[in-house]
Amino acid sequence: MTTREFKTVGTAVRRVDADDKLSGRAQFTGDIEVSGMAFCRLVTSPLPHARIMSIDASRARALPGVYAVLTSAELVNMETHYGSDKKDRPVIAIDKVRFQGEPVAAVAAVDLATAEAAVELVEVEYEELPTVTGIDEALDPSSEPVHESNFCHEYGYEWGDVDSAFRECDRVFEDTFEFPMVYHYAMEPHTCIASYEPDRIRLWTSAQHPFLVQAEIARLFGRQLDQVQVVVPFVGGGYGSKSYTKIEPLVTALSREAGRPVRLALSVDEAMRTVRRHAARGTIRTGVMNDGTIVARECTGYVDTGGYTDNGVRVTERFGDRMPGPYALANVRVKTYGLFTNSTPAGSFRSIGGPQAIWVCESQIDVVAHALGMAPFEFRVKNLVREGEEVRRGRRPIEGDLEYALRRVADEFGWDSWTSGPTPPGVKRGIGFACGVTNSGASPTSTSLVRFHADGSATVYIGSAEMGQGSRSVMAQIAAEELRIPYEKIRVVASDTSAVPWDRSTGSSRSTTLMGLAVHDAAIDIRQQLLDLAAEHFEAFPEEIEAEDGRASFKGESVAFAALVRNMFGGSGGELMGRGYVTPKHASGKLRQDPVFWEVSIGAAEVEVDTATGEVRLLRYYSISDPGKAINPKQVEGQDEGAAMQAIGHTLFEEMLYEDGQLLNPNLVDYRVPIFTDLPHEFETVLIESGNGPGPYGAKGVGEGGIVCVAPAVANAVFNATGVRISTLPLTPERVWRALHEAGQT
Amino acid sequence: MPDAQETLAIAFELNSAPIEATVEPQTPLIDLLRERFGLTGTKRSCDVQVCGACTVLLDGAPVSSCTVPAFEARGRVVLTVEGFAADEGSSPLIEAFVNNAAFQCGFCTPGMLLAAKSLLDADPSPSEEAIKDYMRGNVCRCTGYKKIVEAVHEAAEASR
Repeated sequence: MTTREFKTVGTAVRRVDADDKLSGRAQFTGDIEVSGMAFCRLVTSPLPHARIMSIDASRARALPGVYAVLTSAELVNMETHYGSDKKDRPVIAIDKVRFQGEPVAAVAAVDLATAEAAVELVEVEYEELPTVTGIDEALDPSSEPVHESNFCHEYGYEWGDVDSAFRECDRVFEDTFEFPMVYHYAMEPHTCIASYEPDRIRLWTSAQHPFLVQAEIARLFGRQLDQVQVVVPFVGGGYGSKSYTKIEPLVTALSREAGRPVRLALSVDEAMRTVRRHAARGTIRTGVMNDGTIVARECTGYVDTGGYTDNGVRVTERFGDRMPGPYALANVRVKTYGLFTNSTPAGSFRSIGGPQAIWVCESQIDVVAHALGMAPFEFRVKNLVREGEEVRRGRRPIEGDLEYALRRVADEFGWDSWTSGPTPPGVKRGIGFACGVTNSGASPTSTSLVRFHADGSATVYIGSAEMGQGSRSVMAQIAAEELRIPYEKIRVVASDTSAVPWDRSTGSSRSTTLMGLAVHDAAIDIRQQLLDLAAEHFEAFPEEIEAEDGRASFKGESVAFAALVRNMFGGSGGELMGRGYVTPKHASGKLRQDPVFWEVSIGAAEVEVDTATGEVRLLRYYSISDPGKAINPKQVEGQDEGAAMQAIGHTLFEEMLYEDGQLLNPNLVDYRVPIFTDLPHEFETVLIESGNGPGPYGAKGVGEGGIVCVAPAVANAVFNATGVRISTLPLTPERVWRALHEAGQT
Repeated sequence: MPDAQETLAIAFELNSAPIEATVEPQTPLIDLLRERFGLTGTKRSCDVQVCGACTVLLDGAPVSSCTVPAFEARGRVVLTVEGFAADEGSSPLIEAFVNNAAFQCGFCTPGMLLAAKSLLDADPSPSEEAIKDYMRGNVCRCTGYKKIVEAVHEAAEASR
């Protein structure tokens, strides 16, 4: 890559949303008032698995102030089911409920108090069905089927001669690890306002994928795309929980019944019954030679997708894609299965299937290294895939030097020189390492439009939802850089399907890479138009014109871009439009192969284990982030730190607990998320810029890498401290204490 | 607690201006602020006094407005993020949040700013441990907390 002087790219500019977000002015969906709006409350199933025998909403409908009650009986003249891969989710429960908390009726009323009173008046009769809880019951053929069967999806791939490799290697290890169900806790629970009108449908919603919601609503209600407007205001945290379509169909159907706009704002309790991360179990068999060469890995995995598919298909696949790890493997066999159970449907959560896969992969790498008497770090380095090699056959080769990245983290952490030092009695310290690569970027399809105004400012139109990641600022930086105007002269309009051009989604770490490329191309489109106008102005060739700081210059003379635009239109107004299309056939040639890019994740942890209580304290954590090119370095760090902190949650205490299909901890008192005091004394992101991503300036995504390695690094550190291997997350004091006790360590 | 049928007339100071309101005894302060006065900067999230998104300052001390009854404001001083942001004295903290990338989605930020202000009013140069301990009632799911700690430090330095 040639070194280029940048004006705003590479700088931690002031975020374009700073003033809104630091003043209370930032508008989230729940802050919007639409005139005539009714308020919705839900009637939800108290049972995890049951037939609906009857619903009597007559008393609720008769209550003054109630506009409508939606049940499955009202789902007429429309499609009734939706879903991203499998359309198995009814707009509201039809005939059967598949998890506790599934909506069976929805009330629209003049205010929330009336809606709540009406909810109490809806009578539902159920016939209870046997409950399917957890992976073992889902696999049991005698269990009640949640759908036609309890298998949602099956995935697999294989290369080499796995069976021969296992026969011929020196040693074979097989280990199984479990990952819990966890909840995103986006601090803004899902919120949606829908207005069903004769000639159009308008929605304001906390969604990550506005155009996928638009397409789903248009299909369900038999509308054209241009008749459905989806506006996504600021989103109060996503992390995947607001991917695809969630409550929007229900609220739209209720608005149709009520004949007015309706708002539904979920509580945390309800959000926990809307989407969660897949619990998982993975078993890996690893065949090695005595010199530490891995010759084969066979990975078998199960993910619990709950009552409906949601994103279970892709999670089943990514779990399988990611489980063998970042190693050069001559022989691989992977089989993964998605299973239905009677629990909250599981969908996307920051690095789908990633933390589960790398938990299994990297815990076992340490088991094998220990058994071979090798240092875990050297065992990893010995088997790493090299730059430019395929880590999965037939897919994009690895873009970066993984060994360099691993050694950088180890150096910064002080891995080689680490010693436990003196500890109080009963307290043991240890260090652990983990690494992984995750296929990211989803689909390489985005578009952008840039308008260049007659005063030299510009407006950038993007479909990306702003959920904290700072995409609006990054897009403004890219546009400013390519338009050759100051960052402050850019305004970004985002995520309103009737104003901005199409984008696939906001997720899978894709926006900087793919929407960034669309904005980059749209801005260059305008710059080329400006150069053409300047060439005309100076009677020169476009290639002879210099463009900088909002002016075009030629042989010592210069003219403002703004003047060129005004001259073109012959007056005081006018503007230029630039477009950017990103498809797999993008002219850069970098988007032909799947995945869009490999996101690198590395973690090094130091822990302290209190053997008397089983408490694990994370003292130091070092992570890596390779954004290719850091367009906004502070935001890159923020993504990595935020992701790693979420992982501290699922590593040490977060877990949705089910008993007989009942969620036991549906609130933030009983479901604990990380707080300030969980911040380790050293919590560092090592930033490397390998410059080889497919995005603008060699950029690639970094939203997910930080969440992947914390759990295995910490468990490996606990093993290093105590000699005890714990194969189930989270590492709660009770679980750790029991494991230590069994090993005679307490 | 007064009888649930009554309504109560209360007067208090809201963001440096006197104000009056009639509230029901069970009305939480957050509803009065958001729905009656349109102060939507105060955010509702967990409803159980854990997350701190609804934090406002009552006589300078942070409270969860989701669980504090509105009538508790009677005769007292309430500061929301809107009032905080309008005060020139707040700019060191606001700028420190910008410089340190101490916010992402912005949903926790109003409560976070008010908790930080309250801390710095009481302790102008808090240690890292003091910041973590004081702010533990405010959850942020985006940043990982480190950058908020750094922002509070920087604001403390800037105010000195």
